[in-house]
Amino acid sequence: MPQNAENVLDHFELFRQPEYKEMFEKKKQFENPTADAELERVCEWTKTKDYRDKNFAREALTINPAKACQPLGAVFAAVGFEATLPFVHGSQGCVAYYRSHFSRHFKEPTSCVSSSMTEDAAVFGGLNNMVDGLANAYNMYKPKMIAVSTTCMAEVIGDDLNAFIKTAKEKGSVPAEFDVTFAHTPAFVGSHVTGYDNVMKGILEHFWDGKAGTAPALERKPNEKINLIGGFDGYTIGNLREIKRVFASMGVEYTILGDASDVWDTPTDGEFRMYDGGTTLEDAANALHAKATISMQQFCTEKTLPYIAGKGQETVALNFPVGVQATDKFLMELARLTGKPISAELAKERGRLVDAIADSNAHIHGKKFAIYGDPDLTLGLAGFLLELGAEPVHILSTNGGKAWAAKVQELFDSSPFGANCHVYPNKDLWHMRSLLFTEPVDFLIGNTYGKYLERDTGAPLIRIGFPIFDRHHHHRYPVWGYQGALNVLVWILDKIFDEMDHSTNEVGKTDYSFDIIR
Amino acid sequence: MSLVEPETIEELVARNKELIKEVLEVYPEKTAKRRAKHLGAYEEAKSDCGVKSNVKSIPGVMTIRGCAYAGSKGVVWGPIKDMVHISHGPVGCGQYSWGARRNYYVGATGVDTFGTMQFTSDFQEKDIIFGGDKKLSKLIDEVQALFPLNKGVSIQSECPIGLIGDDIEAVSKAKAKEYDKTIVPVRCEGFRGVSQSLGHHIANDSIRDWVFDKQAGKPARFEPTPYDVAIIGDYNIGGDAWSSRILLEEIGLRVIAQWSGDGTIAELEATPKAKLNILHCYRSMNYISRHMEEKYGIPWVEYNFFGPTKIEESLRKIASQFDDKIKEGAERVIAKYRPLMDAVIAKYRPRLAGKKVMLFVGGLRPRHVIGAYEDLGMEIVGTGYEFGHNDDYQRTTHYVKDGTLIYDDVTGYEFEKFVDKIKPDLVGSGVKEKYIFQKMGVPFRQMHSWDYSGPYHGYDGFAIFARDMDMAINAPVWKLTKAPWAA
Ligand code: SF4
Ligand code: SF4
Repeated sequence: MPQNAENVLDHFELFRQPEYKEMFEKKKQFENPTADAELERVCEWTKTKDYRDKNFAREALTINPAKACQPLGAVFAAVGFEATLPFVHGSQGCVAYYRSHFSRHFKEPTSCVSSSMTEDAAVFGGLNNMVDGLANAYNMYKPKMIAVSTTCMAEVIGDDLNAFIKTAKEKGSVPAEFDVTFAHTPAFVGSHVTGYDNVMKGILEHFWDGKAGTAPALERKPNEKINLIGGFDGYTIGNLREIKRVFASMGVEYTILGDASDVWDTPTDGEFRMYDGGTTLEDAANALHAKATISMQQFCTEKTLPYIAGKGQETVALNFPVGVQATDKFLMELARLTGKPISAELAKERGRLVDAIADSNAHIHGKKFAIYGDPDLTLGLAGFLLELGAEPVHILSTNGGKAWAAKVQELFDSSPFGANCHVYPNKDLWHMRSLLFTEPVDFLIGNTYGKYLERDTGAPLIRIGFPIFDRHHHHRYPVWGYQGALNVLVWILDKIFDEMDHSTNEVGKTDYSFDIIR
Repeated sequence: MSLVEPETIEELVARNKELIKEVLEVYPEKTAKRRAKHLGAYEEAKSDCGVKSNVKSIPGVMTIRGCAYAGSKGVVWGPIKDMVHISHGPVGCGQYSWGARRNYYVGATGVDTFGTMQFTSDFQEKDIIFGGDKKLSKLIDEVQALFPLNKGVSIQSECPIGLIGDDIEAVSKAKAKEYDKTIVPVRCEGFRGVSQSLGHHIANDSIRDWVFDKQAGKPARFEPTPYDVAIIGDYNIGGDAWSSRILLEEIGLRVIAQWSGDGTIAELEATPKAKLNILHCYRSMNYISRHMEEKYGIPWVEYNFFGPTKIEESLRKIASQFDDKIKEGAERVIAKYRPLMDAVIAKYRPRLAGKKVMLFVGGLRPRHVIGAYEDLGMEIVGTGYEFGHNDDYQRTTHYVKDGTLIYDDVTGYEFEKFVDKIKPDLVGSGVKEKYIFQKMGVPFRQMHSWDYSGPYHGYDGFAIFARDMDMAINAPVWKLTKAPWAA
């Protein structure tokens, strides 16, 4: 009997005991398994160039993609506003998925409601669901604002959010002056970053352009403030707090549009806060008057930024600024826009980051990396690796397309370390698997799902991205700014040193190189 | 309202009624009326729990439920490890459910086993406009080219499929013929039905129509014995089916199939040769069990492998369907594990006795785990199902005590209020609920995923269950939630 009360064995150990091993053997006879030799043959074949060619010839099948659907981004953008309840119009299963997905990453609750459309709504449209749904959500959860988006069901049947919300207001679901913003977020277009963009734009339009015809449009009276949009970012907690510190250090007045850093980081003190922090509705409206808007992620704001520019603001699009030069650029843009000097404090932090790089870069120099993830994230990380003297040889994105690929190529061309590097737009992690087998790298950077690649190909995984389900609390640390870059540097170094130790720790074989000082 | 600890049943019932009244006050009138029917206190000797179930969730209330796709792809089909399961439609549904269910298996993932992979047709706008059948057909070709060792394919329909008029059945038939493989179209679009539950049913039916019917007349791949049984409705969460199977084999039975945790298409195909189907999750697989009874004359029994009391009862019940050899086997196994169970209970019961628990899970565990808690001296003060039907609430009456608070398809608001007022020592529910209650200072265990622990089934599992409940409730962190300087 393997189990005992004193030392309870759970799944990690239990199934390795002889009783279970024997049981697995016996089960095999009912499984009609593939013969070992054949299994071995096919397994080896999947590692070859021939397999890679077939794999890259895929046109219809997507395997292990690194992207999600629009409404996920919609919810992300919505929860960043004060006491805002995301309301996803369509079938309810999707909402259960978004909430679980965010909870697994942030280890936090995510409040979001669905209009729970079923078969009859598919036939007759979801108007009643909108009317009842808004009334219920408003009464139960007392939000200050409701941000409506759509699942693919509502999009396929063509529900008209603007008209539905109007009707709901007429029927008294919510008071006429209550803020209900909307954005269509079809899951079969773009990805979660597109959904983020659509909802961000929808919310700004609501406040700036006269609340869907129910109020006069605001007139822009320029002031000196700076707006900042973070984009869909798994590190939003740490990053936005870091950005606020940077703004404070330079004495810049700012509005962060979509600030989820509090609602996804509430304390355990006996009280559940369904809403916490976030951009106030007043600030969202007044953001129109700002001097300029900085987007930290170009590909999360492809529609929002031009919309803002159209209002007369200057806009700056960055690509997930990680590292020295990307942060330099961010700060210099900020200084240029505001006329305020970069603070001595930040200059010193820069020096400290460069100091750390100088201390450690010998361990990173010339190492080959593969990176995958969202378009801006991969650009930001690749830029930093080039600064460190590493070679980001495979850069892959499922939701990055041609425009993204051109930007990555530009980055490669800017550095001698980019010479042998390649970019793979609209590819998935099964493509990456072939790349890692046929052109191996030293390290892989990606989200939690990269652990399957690490297991199959042996490329050690450094977890940076979204979602991260199987490591805790990294989202509380910034990766932007000089301080953020320092965190990224340490995560990379930790993995490199761990690998060095693991590959040199066999007594009697590799006693050398198992150094105590590195 | 003052919430004195109720001492009598009457007080308890009165308190629960008062609580229900209070939560209903927040709703608009129409909604309050509808929700009232889903909330109640169990009254002894009644045949069900007095609540309505398996009806549509109300828009905007924050239901915890999922959809039919989740019930089919996530629950029934997903765990069949040697098939490729296509999430057919846009990328989202498959992405969020990718690898999230912990239905353990062993196999060479990506070569002859595909459990923790996400295959999707990743629909784009043109597929919605022009239809996705051509893409599906090409996609199946690509599956065959890249994964030649697959034993079949299932097509898990997402919402758009049923709305754009695709004929996935025709594509499946043609491709099954071309490759001589099992290809199963499943119409589990998320807008069908009211929860995961219809997805279970649709998936069950698809096994009947697309797996069993093809097998008609084919001989078994093995010599039958009088002791052949199939485990039905165990998804091997954290290895649950394994810690169950080991007991069934120990009492002398031969398990020829596992549905569907760590399952294979060969096992599904072989099941009509079983002498007895033993059914754990009644909700998700009673349909196929009834079908096999009607069509192949295979009887089925429900069982419960949570906690020693229910395990003993269940082993005897299963053995009673067989000869003395098996009956003796059951007694032998019960006796063999009793010292272990005594030791587990001796260790943990003193730390857990009298603790109050509130549950809200899927379609089985809201009743099935109650015995395990009671074996540890704990008390269930409230329970409810995400997607149970009336027959589940009937079965629940055998488990709950008089006056227990019952909440069907509970809303976020109701659940939070109930817990806030009742102040249980532990809440068992899902990941969406976990962090809410922990922030309130209430210990919590995820009861779908076993909170990344498990198995909880069987004798081996009960030891882990007890350890985990102790770890949750008696963690020192719960003494730290209030700052010492705060009043
Ligand atoms: S792809 Fe469509 S059905 Fe699936 S989760 Fe996204 S919106 Fe929902
Ligand atoms: S045990 Fe419960 S949660 Fe699991 S599949 Fe059955 S009904 Fe769902």
